[in-house]
Amino acid sequence: MFSPKWIPATTAGVAILSYSQLAHAQESGMDQAINEAIAPISNVIAGAIFYSVSIGDTEFPLIVGWLVIAATVFTLYFGFVQFRMFGHAISLVKGDYSDPNDAGEVSHFQALATALSGTVGLGNIAGVAVAISIGGPGATFWMILAGLLGMASKFTECTLGVKFRNEYPDGRVSGGPMYYLSKGLTEQGKPGLGRTLAIVFSICCIGGAVGGGNMFQSNQAFQQIVNVTGGEQSFIADSGWLFGLVMAIIVGMVIIGGIRSIAKVTEKIVPFMAVIYLLAGLVIIGMNIEHVGDAFYRIFDGAFTGAGVAGGIVGALIQGFKRAAFSNEAGIGSAAIAHSAVRTKEPITEGYVALLEPFIDTVVICTMTALVITISGQLQTDLTGVELTSAAYATAFTWFPIVLALAVVLFAFSTMLSWSYYGLKAWTYLFGEGKGKEITFKAFFCLFVILGASMNLDPVIDFSDAMIFAMALPNVIGLYFLMPIVKREAVQYWQKIDRGEIKKIK
Amino acid sequence: MSEHPILVGFDGTDAAHRAVKFAGARAEAEGCPIHIAYILEWSPYSFLSAQELEERHQRRSEELGRAETTLNPALEILKTKNIAVTYEVRYGHSGELMCKIAKEQQATQIIIGRKGGSALGARLLGSLALTLVQAAPLPVTVVP
Repeated sequence: MFSPKWIPATTAGVAILSYSQLAHAQESGMDQAINEAIAPISNVIAGAIFYSVSIGDTEFPLIVGWLVIAATVFTLYFGFVQFRMFGHAISLVKGDYSDPNDAGEVSHFQALATALSGTVGLGNIAGVAVAISIGGPGATFWMILAGLLGMASKFTECTLGVKFRNEYPDGRVSGGPMYYLSKGLTEQGKPGLGRTLAIVFSICCIGGAVGGGNMFQSNQAFQQIVNVTGGEQSFIADSGWLFGLVMAIIVGMVIIGGIRSIAKVTEKIVPFMAVIYLLAGLVIIGMNIEHVGDAFYRIFDGAFTGAGVAGGIVGALIQGFKRAAFSNEAGIGSAAIAHSAVRTKEPITEGYVALLEPFIDTVVICTMTALVITISGQLQTDLTGVELTSAAYATAFTWFPIVLALAVVLFAFSTMLSWSYYGLKAWTYLFGEGKGKEITFKAFFCLFVILGASMNLDPVIDFSDAMIFAMALPNVIGLYFLMPIVKREAVQYWQKIDRGEIKKIK
Repeated sequence: MSEHPILVGFDGTDAAHRAVKFAGARAEAEGCPIHIAYILEWSPYSFLSAQELEERHQRRSEELGRAETTLNPALEILKTKNIAVTYEVRYGHSGELMCKIAKEQQATQIIIGRKGGSALGARLLGSLALTLVQAAPLPVTVVP
């Protein structure tokens, strides 16, 4: 929140006047107590994961490089699969290759939609705002690049997710990095390494579930509610814990109480909200069409000159890469859990479908947010996070913050539900299945909803980032070992297509 | 005697049983077989939670099993008559799938039941009877 920002000299004076509301709004009573207790822990974790090296006068977190290098390696190793197979991916999602006798089973579309609902959310709204408020408009360029490269990572991990999933006798399927790490590496004669990576991944996944998948969500949802109910003067501004408690009860009703109707309603509204968000973005861009050229100029100029940004090019690049990874989770391994349930005989098909995910999430939705913020001129203010996005949309539609508040709460809620599932899968991998063990995790998950809403943005973002990125360490190591398997899958799949064994149904 | 069956749409309701009875009488008179189609409404584009994805295959097996059980009384009704009866349970959009099955089975006509209810309600909610009457490529009998 107090990081150096991109503030043009002409508006700097104005910006300094509107100093952070939230730091003040939340520092009182119960919230402050929770904040002070948790912040030191999250600082230590974040410090360890984001071990940085100095490049010029900027700190470069190694973990960000780790993900981008991985995405680049997969892009090259699979010969730009994200561009070559884009069309094929669309036709798989449409069901052109689906066996009609499998009707009633999980389709490619459903696996993709569920995985997307876990990633599309606050990362796209608040995360992007954080990136360009710190890294300048140029961060957008690097974010898009990271999104495009990330498609190859997603392709690799989701193919493996299906390939090495567990199918139980009762018909349930369970997959994800913990299974491909342990089973895949055992197949390659490295059972010890596989098991170790799987355990490390599971621990980090639980952390990611309560961090980025939970605390960050409830924190940003609360801030948006405070924002639309009058900012600092809001009746609820000092009661983050109360908002968190209500949110935790609703989440608990769904994941512990098994009340499906709440989740059902959310699932119906969330895609609708996403469409409204995109349409509103398009309308704003349309209304400011004369500024679009300038916005693109600032995006490219910022990307390659680092104009006006603390840390220059590297500063913009780090922010762009970080937010892309946080938003689309490519290389993190989470999506492989959701994608694993698809009904297909060919694991590679789900990989192709999965590569659409970073495209929709980052290249389409995140870019929309970034363009709207850049065009609106709100970047010159001292706002960040969801408030910045909200202010940017409000320049065109004064009522939009209310819609956005609703969208943010719903996105947050659906992301929490997805991550509670990812976390639970990691938890049961470590401790085994069983009612008691599962309820313990779910209760623990609900507790963090309250903590997230009670804390300041900075410790929450640091902790969320740290735990989500930590998942990438064991996952990517495993992916390097296992990528030849993905290549073999691709080769035999295209042989079948060439021989006509697999053909279009429609 | 005809080898082409009468296609009966079934969903376990009283109306569906009336349709089966009616079809039984028609089939006996014409000396043709009966094919019962039980369609479980399903869209591959609906949204499921991660938990539902995990359990989908299991649920599907359960749903298919339950459908068979529901079909039993209808098969009993026809057992007393001297008719060849076949059936299938499938997932999909009921209107589209009925037409598709009719084509696959080379059926001569479709017989379905109707729950009743107001005409307005049927128009607003869309009913299988209305869809088939408008879209089916072969004669459709709606049993009230």
